[in-house]
Parts: sequence; structure tokens; C-alpha cells
Amino acid sequence: MTEATAKPFSVEAALKPPRNQWWDVWDQFKTHKGALVGMIVFLAIVFGTLLGPFIWTIDPTFIDIRARNQGMSWAHPFGTDQLGRDMLARMMSGGQVSIAVGLTAMILSVLLGTLIGVLAGYFRRLDGPLMRLTDLFLSLPLLPLLLVMVMLFREPLSRAYGPEMGTFILIVCAIGVTSWMQTARIVRGDVLALKEREFVLAAKSIGTPSRRMITRHILPNVMSPIMVSATLGIANAIITESALSFLGLGFPPDFPTWGRLLFDAVDYIRDYPSRVIWPGLAISLVVLSVNYIGDGLRDALDPRIRGR
Amino acid sequence: MTFKTALMGTAVAMAFAPMAFAAGHEERGRDGHVNIIYWQAPSILNPYLSSGTKDLESSSMIIEPLARYDENGELVAWLVDEIPTVENGGVAEDLMSITWRLTPGLTWSDGTPLTSEDVVFTAEYCMHPEGGCAQLAKFDGVESVEALDSLTVRVNFNKPMPVPYGPFVSAEAPIIQKAQFADCLGANAPQCTDANFRPIGTGPFVVTDFRPNDVISMEANANFRDPAKPAFATVTFKGGGDAAAAARSVLETGEFDYAWNLQLAPDVLQGMVEAGQGQAISAFGTLVERIEMNLTNPSPDLPDGERATIAHPHPFLSDQRVRQALSMAIDRELLVEIGYGQAGRPTCNLVPNPPNFASDNTDCLTQDIEGAKALLEEAGFTPGPDGVRVNADGVRLSVVYQTSTNAVRQDFQALIKQWWEEIGVETELKNIDASVFFGGDPGSPDTFQKFYSDVEMYANNFSGTDPQPYVAMYRCGNEPKPSTQWQGENINRYCDPEYDALLDELAQTADFEERGRIVRQLNDMLTKDSHTIVPLVDRGRVSAHSNTLGGVILNTWDSELWNVADWYRVN
Amino acid sequence: MFIFTLRRLLTAIPTLLLISLVIFLLLELAPGDPMANQPLTIPPDVREKMREALGLGEPVHVRYWKWLVQFVWVEPLYLFDSAFGTSFAEGEQRIVSWQFRSPVFDTIWQRMPQTLWVVGMAYVVGVLIALPIGIISAYRQYSWFDQVGTFISMIGFSVPTFFTGVLLIVIFSVELGWFPSIYDTTLVVNSWDTFVQQVRQMAMPVFVLALFNAAQISRFMRASMLDNLNQDYVRTARAKGMRERTVVLVHVLRNSLIPVVTVIALGVPQVFGGAIITEQVFKVNGLGQLLITAIYANDLPMVQTLSVIFAVLIVLFNLIADILYGLLDPRIRYD
Repeated sequence: MTEATAKPFSVEAALKPPRNQWWDVWDQFKTHKGALVGMIVFLAIVFGTLLGPFIWTIDPTFIDIRARNQGMSWAHPFGTDQLGRDMLARMMSGGQVSIAVGLTAMILSVLLGTLIGVLAGYFRRLDGPLMRLTDLFLSLPLLPLLLVMVMLFREPLSRAYGPEMGTFILIVCAIGVTSWMQTARIVRGDVLALKEREFVLAAKSIGTPSRRMITRHILPNVMSPIMVSATLGIANAIITESALSFLGLGFPPDFPTWGRLLFDAVDYIRDYPSRVIWPGLAISLVVLSVNYIGDGLRDALDPRIRGR
Repeated sequence: MTFKTALMGTAVAMAFAPMAFAAGHEERGRDGHVNIIYWQAPSILNPYLSSGTKDLESSSMIIEPLARYDENGELVAWLVDEIPTVENGGVAEDLMSITWRLTPGLTWSDGTPLTSEDVVFTAEYCMHPEGGCAQLAKFDGVESVEALDSLTVRVNFNKPMPVPYGPFVSAEAPIIQKAQFADCLGANAPQCTDANFRPIGTGPFVVTDFRPNDVISMEANANFRDPAKPAFATVTFKGGGDAAAAARSVLETGEFDYAWNLQLAPDVLQGMVEAGQGQAISAFGTLVERIEMNLTNPSPDLPDGERATIAHPHPFLSDQRVRQALSMAIDRELLVEIGYGQAGRPTCNLVPNPPNFASDNTDCLTQDIEGAKALLEEAGFTPGPDGVRVNADGVRLSVVYQTSTNAVRQDFQALIKQWWEEIGVETELKNIDASVFFGGDPGSPDTFQKFYSDVEMYANNFSGTDPQPYVAMYRCGNEPKPSTQWQGENINRYCDPEYDALLDELAQTADFEERGRIVRQLNDMLTKDSHTIVPLVDRGRVSAHSNTLGGVILNTWDSELWNVADWYRVN
Repeated sequence: MFIFTLRRLLTAIPTLLLISLVIFLLLELAPGDPMANQPLTIPPDVREKMREALGLGEPVHVRYWKWLVQFVWVEPLYLFDSAFGTSFAEGEQRIVSWQFRSPVFDTIWQRMPQTLWVVGMAYVVGVLIALPIGIISAYRQYSWFDQVGTFISMIGFSVPTFFTGVLLIVIFSVELGWFPSIYDTTLVVNSWDTFVQQVRQMAMPVFVLALFNAAQISRFMRASMLDNLNQDYVRTARAKGMRERTVVLVHVLRNSLIPVVTVIALGVPQVFGGAIITEQVFKVNGLGQLLITAIYANDLPMVQTLSVIFAVLIVLFNLIADILYGLLDPRIRYD
């Protein structure tokens, strides 16, 4: 049903070389105003954090003790912190880490969650064991689990991949492994309902193999809760990252990230409110823009809408 | 500290002012209710089973010791008439016993008399082998405690004790009631929930409701020895949250009257004081924030049982000149200004207080980057292509610098990293959650005892006013090592036979002046002579009270609530 | 459905036993030490004696077995005794916290009221706000209502509660003085005045938490409604001449509820788990604060007991969600 919605047939269309379906997706995506704005904002932030440091060359960890607690000025457009470090430089270098961690951890958790959810929902035999596994992960106390992960994996990882990459992998895995359960439960619930729908039964009756069933019929129909999970997952990952560095699991303490900048600034909320506003705004903007991109992507991937 | 003196002056003046006009018709409970907030919540009101300072402080409002330290670190008689000394015959000439005489007529809050039996029982309770008493060190060297009559107690030691004021002195070793705790000895201790939560005491307040890790409700002790005290009829003792929130509730919203231990950045605290609801008070004790140098090699390439043990000396920190250069590069004045403000002062001493024991060592107070560079050159380390110094054998000056997670400590790390990199020492920072860092779990690589890094920073102090156990920590052989499950207090793995000989001499010396001389010498050996320990800041305590609360005298030598009976409401 | 429920309840028992064992081993493995908060002035040999007094010297399997017996046998007996005045559990050792040296369950009961009042209330409020917002946002997709709703819920989710909480305190407690910044757990509501006081002290934490919960649930509600609004059965229902209200609120809503039920069911155990950060910021000292202080103090019996109670609730509410799926969409079958 979903895939088979026929487009108005015409000779020209039939004679054209077959067009990649992703072009259709992109065409549809472009018409979504919110998604386009979201995309632009998101790309602006990403390029700002990546390329910004080449233009604004102050070292984010450089301490200029005479210039501490300054407001906005030409020398320091975002002001300075309590040690006189430049906030703009810190926001940019923090952004690189936060966005990288946020996206990677979100992707990992959504992939894991979707995989487990689809398998559990689709294959009845796997449902019991996988859902009990989900219950187990939901019940594990987070903090001790993270502490155990640091203890067991930090040194081997940093030896294998170098301290920075090792920490990155550890953080991303820690967040991914502890946050896939909600996605899994939601996807499974939807799949349970989907697989009793007529179009699935129809596809099954013509002998479609399971792998094709899942990729062609089930997955496209659970996209929207997955997109919501992904949006919420980014915010969650950025904040969790800052919590991890307090446990000593994250990056070294002089390494700025948005979550950390926000947390450090909360004590100064009355005297220097701008210091809370910048990282807070940055996180919100990223989440908001990802949300709109997700919205547009969901519409673009939905063949019913795309066809119109 | 002029600020402190001025503050003390006002506090004292305020303390006497109401007495002048109100004397004669003061009554207990006249000032109604007082709210106290501790951002670490008390878990138990029995200090012998406590899990931290918060429990000692809260219980000090209820149960009391025989003698306390005052705000100057001097002993004051509390439940006795005078402090026993060799001069007044209370301490035996051979230093093998001390005899305390209780003030006659004291009663517990349930109305029964306080007797020497209670004191004897307290010792029995804590020294029980299965009890797991947290204050056992207070009873170190005690052979026996006997009641000579109903008001006299003699403590016999198994060796001469130059300072016999361990047992029953300060908030760490108060007297508990025998009648209440008689069935709670040893393994039974945890089963006495009611006694642990509502101890009967001689102090100014009595518990009416205790909710562990949350709140204590108290009321004035109807049987307290001074009929005019305490001024407050009821107390709410709230726990939980964080230091900033506690400070806010006293200084900005005025919901609470007293907040304990506000370790906040000075400008944050200053901003809150400016709201005008209350004031921050500070006082100094013996707490010193320091950098400890690892004299052994913490390299992860070494096999697990040998890493950070005396089998492998550190590749460059074993050189005194390198340690000295690291110390010289630090600007302690600036650290104080950034991190502690009025609650800190730069120090070069491990023992900064009391004055008798504090060395006049001030060499480190001025930062000397050039001098540090010259010293490293002298030690054979020259700048490599990336600016990091290397010696002829290819040893790179690259250190891992760890500490616990704490906003001020992370600021210190960032500053010190910058200075060290300036003299050509590559620095990698690492922070560890405090409950892991200070926990002695031998399975974790991140404890401060294991010291799997080159340098580490934390603060330590000693209880009471005698530093002997404190300096004795650095005895040879007392280092954490695999064979002792990494337990041990000689964190740096320092070992000097001369130091040990001096320690033995200290243990034999009773003369106060002479003890001072030896401790100062020991202090200098660890700090300015060898730079094994690099002290940074003599850390004071900052607390805050509202403008309507009077009588507060901040005491760092005992519980902060030591004189809560004298607190009153200012109108 | 009945057989399914029964089977699931039976399989829940080994599941929970396994979960409790895994939690126990995890806590065992986690670095930490109940002596970590003791001042450094306490020497190592005294610390060692204190650890022994806590029973830490015994082997792991013995301690697990002891805990299990206490959890499934002694504690229910105590509950029975206190309910009916019997004395079956006389002399049995209950689960004792290492921090308090008192029975773990006493403290848990003590924390229940404020947790349910604040966290529970915030959850109910959050769900009640989220559902209509989600429905209207989807029905009027890209209207100003939807845009504002999206904006607020994204802000609500992406700005962490440690920030919103402090912000509210600074505005409403410090500047305006409307609400107290510290929750009074000893307050007994027995008159109009105390009721007003209770409402005032609940206002800020409930608001912060409800915003966070509503943000999340409304997004799932909206997405799921959007999916269903385009389905053929909606067109059919409309074509049949059904009232729009019936179409949306009966047909579409019912079919859209599956992911929302999942999310709500996942959230309920978290109510009992407390909201750690919000409780800390407002000093509510509920179950969340109990858990986090126990973790920092390495109070293993407390952490273990709370985590297993939490696990029981998770298993239970996930089962409830599964049963609800069947009711919402009768085509879903499990056997």
C-alpha cells in the first residue's frame, strides 16, 4: 500500500532514466520551510564551530587573568569567564565536541534502539528475551554503571586510540548504551501494531522475505517516533556528556563543552547572566534545528505525502 | 587577617550587648525558632558511627565532650571544672594517665545525673573490637578507663602520651549515655536505630524528629545546665543541596539563619553578601590545599603490582630540582584570590597552625618563572622542538595532574597548567569524582592512595591541635602499596631515615616548645627542603549567618555549632 | 490476554531475580568505598575495622543471599506484622543502611510523601498538558499554536533542569520572594494556611518537572497523531459522514496512543525513582535524593534495594503497557 501509491503515469516520466528516490526526498524536503531554516541554522552552527577557530584564533584554554569576568567587548565578543578565558573561543571549541558527541551518541542509541525494537516487535520468538534485556538495562543504576565502564575501559581505550579519541569513544558508547531503551520500547510497540495491518499481511502473503519486509514496509512506518527520539536524544546526549565529565569519565577538566560551560556558569547566573545564556542558547538552537530537520525528513520520507 | 579580627570584634561586642540590658530576666527559649542549613545532610546522630563531618557537627548540638577547643584552638573545660594538666596534677608525671573530674550536678536531657559510669561506657562503646567505631583513633594508646568515684574518671595509657587529650575531647568524642546505649555494644551497634537517631545528651537541644539525610527537628533541652540557655526554643536543621543553594537561602532569601562551609568562588559569595540579608564569616584551621609529588613511577607500562610503588623511582620527579621548579612556577597569591578570597591565604607549610608548630617558611610565596626555568636547565632539561623540556636521556617533562571534581580545584588546575607549560612542563589534567578519589577501593585505579598520576592535589588537615599523627603519616613504610591493599598515608612514598628518627624523638618529647621545634623541622623537611609536598593555600572555613542571628563564633578546631547554646536573635 | 498476563507475571520472577543479581554484581564491581566521606584524619586501620563492621569482609555470594532473603522474606513479614500487629518477623535482621544504620525501608517510607507530591504531581500535570498540546499541534500542523508548542517543548527539553531550577529560584525566590527556595519536608497539611504553604513550596519544582515531562510526551503524541491523520481509515471515517470530533478524538487518538502509552509507562517508575536533579535543586529530599546520596556514600544495601524496587516497577509497568496495546489495538496478539 504505502510504496505502491502510484504516481500519475506519463510517457515522459517513463522514458526518463530512473531517478534516484533520494532526489524525490530532497525535492520534498526543500518545500518544507521549517526544515530548510533548521538545516541552515544547523549547518551555520556546525561550520561556525569548525571553521570559527581558524578566524578567531584565541586558544580556548588560554588564561588571561587580568581580563577575567569581562562583559561583551570587541576583544572578547562573548565576554570572558572567571579565569579570563575567551568565551567565544570556548563556545566554538565546546561546540565541536558537544555536537560531535550529541550526534554520534544519538545515532548510536537510535540505531541500537530501532534494531532491538524492530527485532522484538517483528519476531515473536525474540520478543521475550529482548524485552527482558530492555527491562534489565532500564533498571541498572546509571551512575555505578558509568563508573564501572570508566574503570574497565578508559585505560585500554585511551591506549588503543589515544587519550582524546579513546575518551570520545567511551563517552559516546556510555551514552548510547544507557539510552536506547526508550526508543526500543516505542519502536516495538509500533511494530506490533503494524505487522497486523493489511498491507503487511498482503506483502507477507506474496512471500516477501523478512529482511525486505522490515526495510520496505515496517521501518518507513515507524520513522516518526524514531525522529522524535533522535531529536530528544541529542539534547539528552549533550547534557549527559557534561554530567559524565564531572564523574571524571569525560574529557579533561580544562576542555570546554557546552554542557560543562552551562553547568559552570549556573553559579554566576546573577552576576554574569550572559555566561549561562550562550551555551543554553546554543544547545537549544541545535536541538530546535534538528527537530525541524527531523520534521522535514519525516515528511519527505513519507511516500504518501511525497506523492502529492 | 584584619577582616576576621574585625568580625570577631563585632561578634563579641554583639554577644555582650544584650546581656548588658537584659541580664536577670532572660529565659530559655525566648527567641523562638532558628533554621540551620548544611548542604551535606546528616545521616546519623551518633558520631561514633558517623560517615562524615556533617554527622559530627549536627550531633554536637545534642551530645557534648568533657572539653572542647575554642575558636583559638585552646582547650576549654565543658563538662568538667578544669582541664587536667601536669601542673594541676590531672595528668600523671610519667604521662601515663589523665584524670578528669566531672562538674557536679550535671544531668542528661532525661533528667538522670551524668556520672563517671557514662564516661567509662563511652570508651567501652568506641573501643569494642566489633563496633566499627569511626573515632577509634581518638582512643589510640588507651589501656583502660576507670571510674574512681561517681564523678572522677581516670584514663590509663599503655605508653607515655605527651598530649593526652584524645579521648572525650572535641565533637569527635562526646559522652553518650550508658543507660541508652547499654545494649548497643559491638555488633549490636547498628540495631539501635532509636538511640542512634535520638541520642540523649547533655547539650542545649533535644531531638524531636530525625529524618536521615533530610532534616532534624530539635527543641531546647529542659534540663540544660544554664537556665537562661539556649535562647531558641526550637531548631530546624535542614540538609541537602549544594553550597551555592545553602548560601543563597541565608544571604539572599533569608529563609535560613546559618549555613555551613560555603566553598564557593569568592566573587559568587561576594555577590550574595551584597544582597544585605546576612554576612559571611571565616576562620582558619589546619586545612592545607596542596600538590603532592609522586616519588614513584606511575607509568601504565609497568606491571600492575609494581606501578607507583617504591620499586620504581619516578623518572624526573625524584629529582629535587624539578619538584622545586614546579613549586616556584606557582603564584599562590593569585590562586587564593581566584579560589578562596577571604577564606584562604597562601602558605608554604604543611602545618600552618597553631602558631607554635608553624614554620616561618615563606620562600615559595613569590612566583619565579625565570628561576624555575634556570633550575630545570641546571637539572639537564632543555626545551625540545615542541617547547617541552627533555633531558639527555630523552626523558620528557610531561605530567598527569589529577584531583577530585570541584569547581575551585578545576580552576586551580587550569591556572597551574598554564604556569607549568610556561616553564616547559607538559601537563595533562584529570578530574575524578570525589567519592571514588577519596574512597579506598583497591580495585579502582583512580584513588588518591594509588596515585596513578605524577602529581595530585587535595586538602588535608589534622584533628585537634597536635600535629604528631599528621607528620607521622610520612614515615618510611607507611606508603600505600599492593601488600596493604593500597592503604597507607604516606601518599608521596617519601622515605628519609632522618625524618623517621625525628618522629621518634617527637613521640618522646612532652615539652611544648620543644615539640614545636621538632614539628617545624619535620615540616621544613617535607616542604622547603625537599618539595615533596607543595603546599598552596591555607584554607579557612567560610560560613554565613543572617543579620538577625547573634552570638555566632566560627570555630575550625571543633564543631562549628560548639556554642549554639549562646546563639540568640538580634532584632 | 489473561493467560498472557499470567505467563508474563510468572516469567517476571526469574527476570527480577536475574536483574537483582546483575545490579548486585554491578555495585560490587563499581569503584567506591563507604568510607569515602570520612575525614582524611581517620587512619586506614580504623577504616578497615569500620568496613568489617559493615559486613564487607564476607564473600559476595553470601552477602547477596543474605540481602535476597531479607528482601523477599523478612521485609514482607515486617510489613505484615505492622499491618496486623503480629510478630512473625521478631528477631529477624532487616536490610540495614550503611549510612543510617537503620532499616532501609523505614527511610523509603519516609521519603514517599514528598516524592509522590512533587514528582508524581509533576508527572500527572505533565501528561495532562502534553496530550491536548500534542493533539492540537498535530491536527493544526504548522499553525502558530504548533510552532509555539514546538518551540516551548524543545526549550523545555534541551535546557537542563539544573539551569531552569536555579533560574526560577533566582527570579521567584530571590527577586520576587513569592516561593520558598527550600522545600520543607516536615510540613503537615492540616489547615488552609498549611495547604497554601504546601502549594507554594511545590509550585516551582512541579513546574520545572512538568515542563520537562510535557515536552517529551507532547512530541511523541504529535508525531503519532500526524502519522495516523493521513491514513486511509480516517478518510473513510470522514467519508462516512462522522463528526470531525469523533474522527479525531476516537479513531485517530486511539490508534495514536501506542507510542504515547509506551512513553508514559516508562515514565511512571521514574516518578518513584525521583527526579534527582530537581530534588537536589529545590531540596525536596525525596527518593531521588535518597538514591543519589546513597550512591555517593556507597551505601550498597540502600542502592541495591532502591534499584530493585525500581526494577519491579519497570517490569510491572512495561507489562501494563503491553496489556494496554492489546486493548487499544485488538489485532495485537502475543500468543
